[in-house]
Amino acid sequence: MDQRNQHLENLTEIRALMERSSRFISLSGLSGVAAGIFALLGAAAVYWYLNISPFDGQNVYYITAENLSRGGMNYLTFFLMDAGIVLVLALASGIFFTTRQARKKRLKMWDASSRRLLINMAIPLGAGGIFCLGLLYHGYFGMVAPATLIFYGLACINASKYTLNDIRNLGILEVILGLISTFFLGYGLEFWAFGFGVLHIVYGLIMYYKYEK
Amino acid sequence: MSMLVVNDWVDFKTLKEMLGLSDGNLASHLKTLESNDFIKIKKEFIGRKPQTSYSVTDSGKKAFTEHLDALEEIIRQSK
Repeated sequence: MDQRNQHLENLTEIRALMERSSRFISLSGLSGVAAGIFALLGAAAVYWYLNISPFDGQNVYYITAENLSRGGMNYLTFFLMDAGIVLVLALASGIFFTTRQARKKRLKMWDASSRRLLINMAIPLGAGGIFCLGLLYHGYFGMVAPATLIFYGLACINASKYTLNDIRNLGILEVILGLISTFFLGYGLEFWAFGFGVLHIVYGLIMYYKYEK
Repeated sequence: MSMLVVNDWVDFKTLKEMLGLSDGNLASHLKTLESNDFIKIKKEFIGRKPQTSYSVTDSGKKAFTEHLDALEEIIRQSK
């Protein structure tokens, strides 16, 4: 009797191990492309609002922004709204393309593996988000862009264990970009546009052609 | 198969150590699995040494799950 239960236990154990190690593979490269495009649009909107061009140089933002009130709102409201809209659109398109992929592979969209992925992304992102709020609270506006890149990169490196591994390199690049941008605070927007825009489009396309074409 | 369903890729050396099989024995089992499309092979070079790794395929995972289910049935039915 005992041996029987022992065997059953072994089976349960290995099934549990299989479950725990399954990755969420429905992640679509197109969500990266879409996110990148929205990020670039968001960055372009900021340039328009500040009436400057990329690489204009350090401190242009701070000087220009402080005295600006365009479109009926001050610059902080505009930036936050801009970032918020980009985030929502990126997430929405991410979910859209990934759901499409899951359906194509006849896999479930919301299962243990996707839940695991979300939780493990949420932890670094949440920490980063709160940290950035802290930065804003103390007025270290220039540090926000580098911080977002670094935390996002770390989140991707972590998430790569729970989904497609290609994200890992994206994460590493984002971290490096964020670290470099820490020393060039005046170019935060350019780094941000490159990290969230260009890199996502590039990686999105790589993953799309690798897995979905 | 148990090792392959819980790891992305496992190389020949690791399989051999964990399972305690001879080169030939392991190789022949792996060949059978591969010819049934249950696993796939990747040959790489680490430095200048060749390394072969194995990974489970979708059909392999499915077959293994069915195998586990069948084992469970047998165990449950034995008294």
